[in-house]
Amino acid sequence: MKLPIYLDTHATTPLDPRVLDEMLPYLTQHFGNAASRNHSFGWTANEAVERAREQVAALIGADPKEIIFTSGATESDNLGIIGAARFNAKKGKHIITSKLEHKAVLDSCHALESEGFEITFLDSDPDGLVKPEQVEAAIRPDTVLCAIMMANNEIGTINPIAEIGAVCRRHNVIFHVDAVQALGRVAIDVAAMNVDLMAISAHKMYGPKGIGALYVRRGRPRIRIEPLIHGGGHERGLRSGTLPVHQIVGLGAAAKYALEALTNGENDRIKALRDRLWEGLSKNLDHLYINGSWEHRLPNNLNCSFAYVEGEALMMGIKAIACSSGSACTSASLEPSYVLRALGVDVELAHTSMRFGVGRFNTEEEIDFAIELITEKVRWLRQMSPLYELVQEGVDLKSIQWAAH
Amino acid sequence: MAYSDKLIEHYENPRNMGSLDKNAEDVGTGLVGAPACGDVMKLQLKINDDGIIEDAKFKTFGCGSAIASSSLVTEMVKGKSIDFAEGIKNTMIAEELALPPVKIHCSVLAEDAIKAAIADYRKKQADRAAAPSE
Repeated sequence: MKLPIYLDTHATTPLDPRVLDEMLPYLTQHFGNAASRNHSFGWTANEAVERAREQVAALIGADPKEIIFTSGATESDNLGIIGAARFNAKKGKHIITSKLEHKAVLDSCHALESEGFEITFLDSDPDGLVKPEQVEAAIRPDTVLCAIMMANNEIGTINPIAEIGAVCRRHNVIFHVDAVQALGRVAIDVAAMNVDLMAISAHKMYGPKGIGALYVRRGRPRIRIEPLIHGGGHERGLRSGTLPVHQIVGLGAAAKYALEALTNGENDRIKALRDRLWEGLSKNLDHLYINGSWEHRLPNNLNCSFAYVEGEALMMGIKAIACSSGSACTSASLEPSYVLRALGVDVELAHTSMRFGVGRFNTEEEIDFAIELITEKVRWLRQMSPLYELVQEGVDLKSIQWAAH
Repeated sequence: MAYSDKLIEHYENPRNMGSLDKNAEDVGTGLVGAPACGDVMKLQLKINDDGIIEDAKFKTFGCGSAIASSSLVTEMVKGKSIDFAEGIKNTMIAEELALPPVKIHCSVLAEDAIKAAIADYRKKQADRAAAPSE
């Protein structure tokens, strides 16, 4: 077993060696520009790009013509939200999203506020889910777009996208979905789910960084967007710039294996490892709290709070495990996770939250090692924790007059 | 977060971690910070009649720099006078551990903990003096 162990697949995933093998020839012998129409170098590159387009489309049940390659999901969220809002601004300037969205969505919405758009930020329920009724209640005559993520990047909760899509379609509201965390982990069908725009990234599904895609519906209704990047008119004029062929090949290959993961048992294996991690920890330690719905959750995600142990201190103790914390001390802002606060997790518990993301290449041995190490360090830090001591003495921490600083 | 070797060493081998009897007359306890802010420090000082800090113990809920700051102050005050302890400034702690700018508040909290523990000790002494002798 090699240390450190990687349990942070919501941040990024390692490149699958099979994906790398498919990419390499496009960095060396097949280096052509996919836009070169008059020689074989260009034709070979273009064929590879179109094959990748089919592979990405197949993963989400789309037509290849509906896939636009971008630099990643951040660009896709910007292009989908800002592009659709600007194109349709004459119809109305109201947008609905949720407080749990990724910053790429939230900040795209905030950017539109300066163009006169009004944004409604929905709360989630305590489980971390956005309900279709909430979306419906927020829709106004001037609502043009609704952006709700498929699965949350911190707590892994899976929103009822098909139900929200039905509401949006009924009210003629464009529906943008950031699906980054869900790709290859949840079966996606943009037609059945009534999704109009979908942000896709390669590096959360064992592909390379720096490449993503935006699904833009062409069927009924046809979704029109304004480009953000202007130039040579690539990608049907929606995203100019010479196509990074090797990256696109990597995205396509990653999508192919992500689709396989839905049916070849990979997700069952990952879920079993995730469950093993949680069961091991909760058997060894008391005062653990799961953040967000356990039922509607990605198979790879565990987000839980180790009460009375601050997250950054725990991460320093478990250096042999790469994971992530919602603690303020791991952020530059000194504010704990906005996602956890939005779903109503006590700020005290947010400081003690940890996020683990299991992946394709983790083993049972690694999970067992993680359980042992985390258990040992949580016990040690609780021995050091005045809060744990007070609780053991039977003191209700809420009864103490704390001085905020 | 990039931390100094000294800070990491204090985190990994905290000095004087534990508790003293908070009801003892010669023990002053300072509990500062708030769980909602992500750090709480408990500092206890055992002070003899000559005003010398005979023992110091801490317990801290907080990040690595909060733990290291509290560990360091127990080392700084042990065997010293109350006057010396009262003179400890947060900048001394921050410098010693090379705290990053966003972690300066941890050293402020450690300074506050010393002051709170001494105040608690003084209050106990005053209460004892005021109490009717048996």
